[in-house]
Amino acid sequence: MSPTWIAILLTAAGCYALKLAGLSVPQRLLSHPRTVRAAELIPVALLGALIAVQVLGNDSAVVLDARVVGIGVAVVLLWLRVPFLPMVIAAAAATALVRLLF
Amino acid sequence: MSQADRGIVSDSLGVGLATGAYGISFGAISTASGLDVAQTCALSLLVFTGATQFAFVGVIASGGAPLAGALTGLLLGSRNLFYGLTLAPLLRLRGLRRVASAHLVIDESTAMAITRSSGQHARLGFYWTGISIFVLWNLTTLLGALAGNALGDPRAYGLDAAVGAAFLGLLWPRLGSTLARCVAVLAAAVALGLVPVTAAGMPIIVGGAVAVLAGMLVRARGPA
Repeated sequence: MSPTWIAILLTAAGCYALKLAGLSVPQRLLSHPRTVRAAELIPVALLGALIAVQVLGNDSAVVLDARVVGIGVAVVLLWLRVPFLPMVIAAAAATALVRLLF
Repeated sequence: MSQADRGIVSDSLGVGLATGAYGISFGAISTASGLDVAQTCALSLLVFTGATQFAFVGVIASGGAPLAGALTGLLLGSRNLFYGLTLAPLLRLRGLRRVASAHLVIDESTAMAITRSSGQHARLGFYWTGISIFVLWNLTTLLGALAGNALGDPRAYGLDAAVGAAFLGLLWPRLGSTLARCVAVLAAAVALGLVPVTAAGMPIIVGGAVAVLAGMLVRARGPA
């Protein structure tokens, strides 16, 4: 089995286990305020890091290229409360347009 | 079915339709990141939690090892644990029903259930939202994956930028507090600093961990 398939199955098993555990364990076990705060911050931090690497990373270098225009468009559209799918499509289109023109 | 019930069902289907549709972008981005159609569909069928799936393919797209993608995805999936805790007293599930329903515990099904005043309304919101998203998300993933494969060079269509935009769309509603905004920016800065010096995939995990720890320290000292 390829490493990608192994990783997919691990992710699936782990994510299902997390969902089932939430429905199964007694509530007081995980209701400590510090645990709840960490749970709120983890997605924020990981998504922040993912965005940075996705937009500015290129193998082992940090570069500014057409992707920055795409994410700029995404920021403006999110600010204007445009829904998810049109926002993502517009970001991709803006990036593609910059690549076509320059 | 009472009028209140019908209202919950139609709200749930609306959320299901809107969320299910963006499986198209997941499918296209996943195949553009180098996964094949079967792997892409397996993620939607078996993992079935959007942010985790986007993170998994995002790490692989940036050259990371599949296991780094799995670890990042699992960390993001940890929020479903807390959703389950909130849902448990509302849904009151036992045995096989619980085993089957657990797969539907995601952002949207939780949001459409926890605001209800009765267990019966919570269950309506949870199942109509969860099942409609599951069906649509998997269909649109397949469509997006096939389209992504047919397109050719994903960069020509800006699909690499679409990944960042998708992450930003998922992050945006979570940026309500100053602390959240600072944690996100710190994670981004640490991750970028690590890009030149660590293996791909690591900057995301380490940057995320550093920012969470910093956020916890600020909270522990400052006002709650």
